[in-house]
Amino acid sequence: MKPVLSIRGLSKSYKGGLQALKTVDLDIAKGEIFALLGPNGAGKTTLINAVCGIITPTTGEITAAGYDTRKDYRAARSLIGLVPQEMHIDIFETVWAVTTYSRGLFGLPPNPAYIEQILRDLSLWEKKDEKLQALSGGMKRRVLIAKALSHEPQILFLDEPTAGVDVELRRDMWNLVRKLRDRGVTVILTTHYIEEAEEMADRVGVIAKGELILVEDKSTLMKKLGKKQVAFELADPLKALPDGLGDWSLELKNDGSRLEYTFDTTAERTGVSSLIRRMSELNIQFKDLDTRTSSLEEIFVGLVHTPKAEAAAQLKA
Amino acid sequence: MNDVTSATAAKPAIAVHRGPTGGVLAFNGNSVWSMYRFQMVRFFRTIGESLATPVITTALYFVVFGSAIGSRMAPIVPGLEYGSFLVPGLIMLSIFTNSIFNASFGIYFPKFTGTIYELLSAPVSYLEIVIAFVGAAATKSVILGLVILATAYLFVPVQILHPVEMVLFLILVSFAFSLFGFIIGIWAQSFEQLNFIPMLIVTPLTFLGGAFYTVDMLPPAWQGVAQLNPVVHLIAGYRWAFFGLEGDNVFVSLGVTAAFTLVLLGIVSWMFKTGYRLKN
Repeated sequence: MKPVLSIRGLSKSYKGGLQALKTVDLDIAKGEIFALLGPNGAGKTTLINAVCGIITPTTGEITAAGYDTRKDYRAARSLIGLVPQEMHIDIFETVWAVTTYSRGLFGLPPNPAYIEQILRDLSLWEKKDEKLQALSGGMKRRVLIAKALSHEPQILFLDEPTAGVDVELRRDMWNLVRKLRDRGVTVILTTHYIEEAEEMADRVGVIAKGELILVEDKSTLMKKLGKKQVAFELADPLKALPDGLGDWSLELKNDGSRLEYTFDTTAERTGVSSLIRRMSELNIQFKDLDTRTSSLEEIFVGLVHTPKAEAAAQLKA
Repeated sequence: MNDVTSATAAKPAIAVHRGPTGGVLAFNGNSVWSMYRFQMVRFFRTIGESLATPVITTALYFVVFGSAIGSRMAPIVPGLEYGSFLVPGLIMLSIFTNSIFNASFGIYFPKFTGTIYELLSAPVSYLEIVIAFVGAAATKSVILGLVILATAYLFVPVQILHPVEMVLFLILVSFAFSLFGFIIGIWAQSFEQLNFIPMLIVTPLTFLGGAFYTVDMLPPAWQGVAQLNPVVHLIAGYRWAFFGLEGDNVFVSLGVTAAFTLVLLGIVSWMFKTGYRLKN
């Protein structure tokens, strides 16, 4: 299937010499939820702004549903909705005014019923005649979303949608994104909350220092890079690790009552069964054990501190 | 946020579902109308403030220069009260300053609040943005010009020999100065800069532009210099539409206005092409 969004050789250098993006290639499939993950200043917003026409790329081509975002900008942009990261709103206008304006600006005929539905869905209907300056931060962010949805985009960019919002809105936002996906809308969100990507995304791209260091299905990524941990609750605390267990990377915690073994799930031999065998040989009894898969956050922190080549090698392993 | 899907559930999965796709000749009427309306709604919401200041200022000019001083002056033009003589010049003065203010603020404000992101990401051409924003500012100026004219009737006798030309000229000048203001609004990076050009260039040019006198009253050496001031020709042309004086200048006036507009259009299209102070 042809990608709904295709980015080829995209780079962006600012006049001051800062290279915000270094040759990014990316394809997004229709209807997927793609999370772009990266620390502050990694180039997430630059990438989005280049697609949406807010900055001019230095090199590269971008197409949305096959339309070149520069040559066929009308067709391309009318498909794209953007919820910016910053609170860019006109505080003197009402919720209703800015939302209907956005729809018209994108060339669509008025449709009050549709706007009403969006405002109701976003719990903004009661506030429709209020000026934006009277709204709380969370409500303002909902207005930004309503504006983007008002022109029925097929590709929706959410730039840090949940930065600084309360738990309730975050949950609402996640539900909203899923419903949009069910409708066939492609959603690309940037975040530095790993749990968000973990919760929402079909695929994850990790960007650091202007480079897309990896793009991977979320589950594959977690499997590939996942470290697993087995923890034993010991019957009798150990003072120190016995010499006989030197072959495993073990840690003693909780004053010697907890023994943790971290291993790589992709390795040919995990060493778990041999460890347990050895423990029983040494007569180390345990009351309980639990296992834990490392979260995307741990994977992510590991990645952004790893050079690209190494990260790629790690993935192939 | 219970059911965002319901509103559009009936719609088919959308391919590109809207009109023109690019092309120089394509014109997005809905977009232009939305932008224009948005600007105008703001104007009408604050119509009191928008009109009160210029109307009061102009009324003060009539009282002070027209009645208090003018009544003790020998007429500049025989048979024409000084107060009446002032009308076209005062209207032009207000048009200059308000066109620049409205248009520059209209585009500077979204830059300042950040809402410009939406304009830049919208499927609209630069020409459409200019038509909507400059058109709205010019509309406000024309309304203002007519209101000041009506105010003038309360203070002094006014005659208009060429009403059609008077209105056309008003529209043309409003558009030209709104375009100028629009450019200043894009150029400005602070509120201080927004006021800089009007204060430093436009106010002197208008005061030296013959709003309160005719250019032939200046010392001969300055008369030549005054011809270089485009405002002189604008006011002279506008005054012609009222009183039929200085009739020779009307084509010069139109030529100057047209040339001024063309230069500004050139600048604005360069600004949009290069993204000057609009995008990186």
